[in-house]
Amino acid sequence: MKENHSNDKANKFGMVIDLDKCTGCGACMVACMSENNVPFKKDESKKLDSITWMHLYRLTNKKPFPDTEVCYLPRPCMHCEGAHGHPPCVSVCPATATDYDKKTGIVSQIYTRCFGCRYCMGACPYHARYFNWWDPVWPEGMENYLSPNVSPRMRGVVEKCSLCFHRYQLAMDKAYHEGRKELEEHEYQSSCTQACPAGAITFGDLNNPHHQVHKMVKPSKHGGKPTATNAFRLLERLGTNPKIYYLSSKEWVRRLGDNYLPEEKTGEIGNHQPKGHH
Amino acid sequence: MKIDRRNFLTLGGSLVAGGVVGTTLSPLPWKLMDDAAIWTQNWSWTPVPTDGKVSYENTVCTLCPGRCGISVRKVASRAIKIEGRKDFPVNKGGICILGLSGLQLLYGPTRVKTPLMKTGNGTFKTISWDEAIESVSAKLNELRSSGKSDSVAFLSDSDQGVTAGLIKRFLKAYGSPNFISEATFKDAYKLALKKMQGIDAEANFDIDNADYVLSFGSGIIEGWESPVRMIKANSALKTRKAKLCQIEPRLSMTAAKADKWLPVVPGTEKELALALIHVILKKSLYNKDFVARNTVGLDKLTQLTDSFSPEKVSGITGIKPEDIMALAADFARASHPIAICGKGQGNTPESMTQIMAVHTLNTLVGNINKKGGVFTVSLPDYVTWDQPEMDETGTTGNSKDRIDGAGKGQYKDTMSLAHRLAGIVNAQGKNPVEALFVSGSNPLYTFTDSIAVKKAFEKIPFIVSFSSFMDETAKMASIILPNHTNLERFEDVIVSTEAGKSAIGLAKPVVDPRFDTKPTGDALILIAKALEGSVAEAFSWESFEACLEETLGDKWEELKENGFLENADSAIASNNKIDFSALTDNGLAAIEGDTANFPLTLIPYDSLRLAHMNIGSPPFLIKTVEDTVLKGNDILVEINPKTAGKLNLSEGKYAKLKTPKGTVNVKVHLFEGIMPGVIAMARGLGHTAYDDYLAGKGVNFNELIGPVEDPASGLDISWGIRANLTKA
Repeated sequence: MKENHSNDKANKFGMVIDLDKCTGCGACMVACMSENNVPFKKDESKKLDSITWMHLYRLTNKKPFPDTEVCYLPRPCMHCEGAHGHPPCVSVCPATATDYDKKTGIVSQIYTRCFGCRYCMGACPYHARYFNWWDPVWPEGMENYLSPNVSPRMRGVVEKCSLCFHRYQLAMDKAYHEGRKELEEHEYQSSCTQACPAGAITFGDLNNPHHQVHKMVKPSKHGGKPTATNAFRLLERLGTNPKIYYLSSKEWVRRLGDNYLPEEKTGEIGNHQPKGHH
Repeated sequence: MKIDRRNFLTLGGSLVAGGVVGTTLSPLPWKLMDDAAIWTQNWSWTPVPTDGKVSYENTVCTLCPGRCGISVRKVASRAIKIEGRKDFPVNKGGICILGLSGLQLLYGPTRVKTPLMKTGNGTFKTISWDEAIESVSAKLNELRSSGKSDSVAFLSDSDQGVTAGLIKRFLKAYGSPNFISEATFKDAYKLALKKMQGIDAEANFDIDNADYVLSFGSGIIEGWESPVRMIKANSALKTRKAKLCQIEPRLSMTAAKADKWLPVVPGTEKELALALIHVILKKSLYNKDFVARNTVGLDKLTQLTDSFSPEKVSGITGIKPEDIMALAADFARASHPIAICGKGQGNTPESMTQIMAVHTLNTLVGNINKKGGVFTVSLPDYVTWDQPEMDETGTTGNSKDRIDGAGKGQYKDTMSLAHRLAGIVNAQGKNPVEALFVSGSNPLYTFTDSIAVKKAFEKIPFIVSFSSFMDETAKMASIILPNHTNLERFEDVIVSTEAGKSAIGLAKPVVDPRFDTKPTGDALILIAKALEGSVAEAFSWESFEACLEETLGDKWEELKENGFLENADSAIASNNKIDFSALTDNGLAAIEGDTANFPLTLIPYDSLRLAHMNIGSPPFLIKTVEDTVLKGNDILVEINPKTAGKLNLSEGKYAKLKTPKGTVNVKVHLFEGIMPGVIAMARGLGHTAYDDYLAGKGVNFNELIGPVEDPASGLDISWGIRANLTKA
């Protein structure tokens, strides 16, 4: 789907993650793995080849005892819009295996088109993409729990968070069946959002002023930069225009969200968006 | 041209080089290689999940004591996803990482698929249920007829619910006093309520409505109490701008999310609590009205805490006197303050002094049985069967002393002393345990001093395990009578919800049993029916399900339909006055080891990403464990960079960790968030059983620590041990 149908309103699905509430419990990671048939290996401690669409980063303020602070940061795919729907990964894909859907704002990944060049992995500044170095192997019996909604991936392809796109499709099927073209806020929620016991993840349409996500971060009309207090995006400076927003009351956490120069004030990065394409 | 050596080599070299260049430039090998790679991607190595009709079935997760309502998504007969149940009073839609991984346990390779019997060479052979029941009942008949019925002991993870009721009834009719259940900090708190107030009540902590939480190391967001309910309560604290003060030597996640973290010298939390009482009394910050109406012994309390001045306690705990004063004032002046204890997930009991000091703090601020405070609740009790008819053997057997020494003398109010099992069996002289039954528990992994526990289990002649999984204890069993997993069986649970309320929940089968397994209740009924004397008569039920239905009576239909019953017949037990004089200082419960040989203190830490109780972590959990905790098969221990520097240890390097109980190899992880002089190790690793995704990874903390008994309760309160860490 390249352009909007004129009679459909474009959505921009995204998340707001409240880092003050996030406990680092790991439920989002597993909710994602079990929803999306993400495989596992006997040794998952080599994190470079461990596939975690939703990944929890542990941040510290690097201060010595007892002034140390720690904060977890869940990182799904940022579903960057870039400028005018050109995320870094989509721009480099030679196989059109990943694309920006202007109807939903979701960056797709089509496994059967991907031939594993991994340009997208190099282009993604968030390390959100993972390569299948091996075919997935489930121990005997465990194939029973695989979901038919998401195809298991084969060796040699890249995979990443889809914002549970199949859930969107199922919700839209139901809506169309009932003669609607729009979804209610609760009808489409990602698996991690649904599972989070802390209620730290909020999911919805950033274009819809009635949705929680919009109210929480108040994205600016151009470039989507949050205008709410304590809200920020990762690597705002790059102009990737991501749809995952974070909230933190701690300044050191917000500063770790970007490469700040010592004299730069927290939150000022990205106020002057470069014009045009990157 | 003359072919000399030089020419030969030149020509040969040119030919080879030409060949290489030619082949490289030709697209053929590359094309073939690419085609081969693409072709192999089409091999049917990647499964294609079958489609079918989607349905959702509700049940209760019983993988931990948290008891969350879950909704299982199914495609045809396959369960494909577990989600939190929105209308369940405990978790209200949230779910934890272990609950989410439940299908890996159901469908995983660690299941015990049929009854098994240990053969002479130590391997298991498959037997039928008839053979299994016959073997077990033959052994029990033999012991009973030779007057040794009290040599049978039953170890259970829980003493609540119908299955535990059946076990207790079984032992009673059979003639053994030895029902042993594992104790947590909740059992110790229960005991404190008994000693201070003379009531049989369960403590329920209403963090959900508190505005100031003073936590003595409780991992509110790391699995303490009901994990999801507590994480939700923690988020609610943030929304309400309520305060959380965390007291512990390590920057746990709870400490990291707290408004204030006060690192305390490990093991001195109770002195701190006594100092807080001291300040509250001295500054007259307590709720005088509540104290006058509901308590006795204030003078004794003043006397006891008199010597615990902030100045003196500061020297013990490492917390500044002014911080102690400020803490006492903040706590006492809040409108709904609550003090809690139970370190980490609270699976280890705490000393009576610690718990009574915490309860005293709650009493002094008058927050007992009030919103945001501690509720003392008598839980619903529907297991009200008639006493079984007893024959002489049964009566004699029950009149004997328990093997663990609980329930009499100074420990008359203590229900069980499970940690003593190994000591009793390993002691010189005759082993008093001829047969041990283990249900819902994995003592070989979860008990402290696991090496001694293993030795004891080797000495017990007959062990029956009811485990659904091939865990460490099941591997040692003579016979395994595998239980259905939690998604295949009925199980009644009692849950605590906010503001002191309780509910009854019913877990029910959401998939057909995968293997030839039976619910433990059914196995017990079958064994009882095969026994001589009056045992069979005590078990007239046809099946466990029939027993559940009869026991739950008019609640059964609603439970089966809704999965839970709110506002069950629980009551607030609070008629008696709270006696402060029950609080005495039993001195330091010293941990093992001398400071000369063991200059450091080793403490464990709990995380929701590693299950460390009766259920082993499924692969999904292990996958989320950070590489600063587990790298390959090596466990990393946390140490402050200052201490590491003194010991000449650096990040990621191997080291030898030695405690009075054992020596293991570990790797070092430098962490600024831990008190100098303290080492922390994750609990939940070092399994020797289960599958390749779990077994052999890291070290079991319990191998490095031994039981330490609290003089007032007899319970194992070991929270750490002295240790030494040297360069490997």
